[in-house]
Amino acid sequence: MTDLLSKFDGLIAERQALLDSGVSDPFAIVMSEVKSPTEAVINGKDTILVGTYNYMGMTFDPDVIAAGEDALRRFGAGTTGSRVLNGTYQGHKEVEEALRDFYGTEHAMVFSTGYQANLGMVATLAGRGDYVVLDADSHASIYDGCAMGNADIIRFRHNSVEDLSKRLGRLPPEANKLVVLEGVYSMLGDIAPLKEMVAAAKAHPNVMILVDEAHGMGFFGAHGRGVYEAAGVEADVDFVVGTFSKSVGTVGGFCVSNHPKFEILRLVCRPYTFTASLPPAVVACAATSIRKLMHSDAKRERLWENTRHLHGGLTQAGFTLATATPESAIIAVLMPDQQTTAMMWSALIELGVYVNMARPPATPTGIYLLRCSICAEHTAAQIDAIIDRFKKAAAATDCQLKAA
Amino acid sequence: MSDPTPDRAAIFARLAELIAPLNKKEIAIAEDTNFANDLELDSLTVMDLVANIEDEWDIVIPLNLLPELETVGQVADAVARMTDK
Ligand SMILES: Cc1ncc(COP(=O)(O)O)c(C=O)c1O
Repeated sequence: MTDLLSKFDGLIAERQALLDSGVSDPFAIVMSEVKSPTEAVINGKDTILVGTYNYMGMTFDPDVIAAGEDALRRFGAGTTGSRVLNGTYQGHKEVEEALRDFYGTEHAMVFSTGYQANLGMVATLAGRGDYVVLDADSHASIYDGCAMGNADIIRFRHNSVEDLSKRLGRLPPEANKLVVLEGVYSMLGDIAPLKEMVAAAKAHPNVMILVDEAHGMGFFGAHGRGVYEAAGVEADVDFVVGTFSKSVGTVGGFCVSNHPKFEILRLVCRPYTFTASLPPAVVACAATSIRKLMHSDAKRERLWENTRHLHGGLTQAGFTLATATPESAIIAVLMPDQQTTAMMWSALIELGVYVNMARPPATPTGIYLLRCSICAEHTAAQIDAIIDRFKKAAAATDCQLKAA
Repeated sequence: MSDPTPDRAAIFARLAELIAPLNKKEIAIAEDTNFANDLELDSLTVMDLVANIEDEWDIVIPLNLLPELETVGQVADAVARMTDK
């Protein structure tokens, strides 16, 4: 029998073959208990979490929890409404104010997720006759924003300043163009050469720039705004998109900007308008977390220290990492193929380490990886344990390592 | 860049050359060779091929046009149209 789901038969068969080979399912993990930003119980076993994007460890911050509890009691479990109808509470205004203070911008607009922020911004800003020019390795939410809108979509080779410039040069000068960049690319953990890319983009007429700083917030740049701040290009970036689901430690998305007409987007951006707003407890947690991230120098230092520690240890052990130096708090361990990746992932979970397994199409063509995201709250002993268990997993699965 | 007004046959021949490295099953490239069904190219590979085609002829092929370009012949037609200014 064939029906609408028959198109997924190939994927179903591929997954089944993998599971039949005895590995556990990397996409069906359940955490029965979460003890801290870095520890949970998975399959009844204490597990070190090193694949959560919880960079700053804010999920269990006592002030954040207290703010959430207070808002839950005072404002209830949910808003049951759109931001433009009954879904804007005092807390939504407060979190937008916290974002304006954090980013030093005139405007901030909070969405229900970062995915929706990208979807809405890209689809709404660029309309028929306009162009979106995006990096080949852009996040799914950016590609989906392109698919949702009516603009012509142009893709340039990942992080290539020359390719970006060449492709912009082929477009009609009078047409409006939105160039979409990311500070940190989440699959390989490499950062964009934003100084050069922004300069190259702005050398062309009618270009506006949107930068997704999902993985840069909290620990890049003097104020923790992201890679674009560290690169000194704040004045030339028109829109910054971010998320509460990583460094902020809860859920939600946003866009900040200084554009004088920015506020009209609340009425025309469908993924903002046609969905319920975040629950009061979530926005209260986010506002408190964002304000604390403004003064988190010690945590940032620990995050970078932990990142260097893990990068150095895995390199020393003979693993091949996606970046020669730790460019961000994501360390991607390159794997030869799907089978080895799944076996390594399985061995790690047995040993009590959770990392992300990633494969195409989420990764660039042909790349399989085990991705670690580091937390400021990891202890040095936990990082040592992670390195040690990576070595044990490689030995157990015949994963080839380079001679140190 | 190639000849400024390359004819359709030359475009097709060059396209076949650009496709060759991706043609894992080494099937014969014809006008109606389908990228997804015959060459079994995934969407990422198709997008990389598009970038090479754009650079070869210095043209713009927006990703949103790709659903209409299913066969090698359709791409050759599109390139011919875009280079025939
Ligand atoms: C680069 C990038 N942008 C946007 C998002 C979406 O964020 P959210 O989890 O808030 O939907 C993510 C994370 O999934 C991401 O990695």
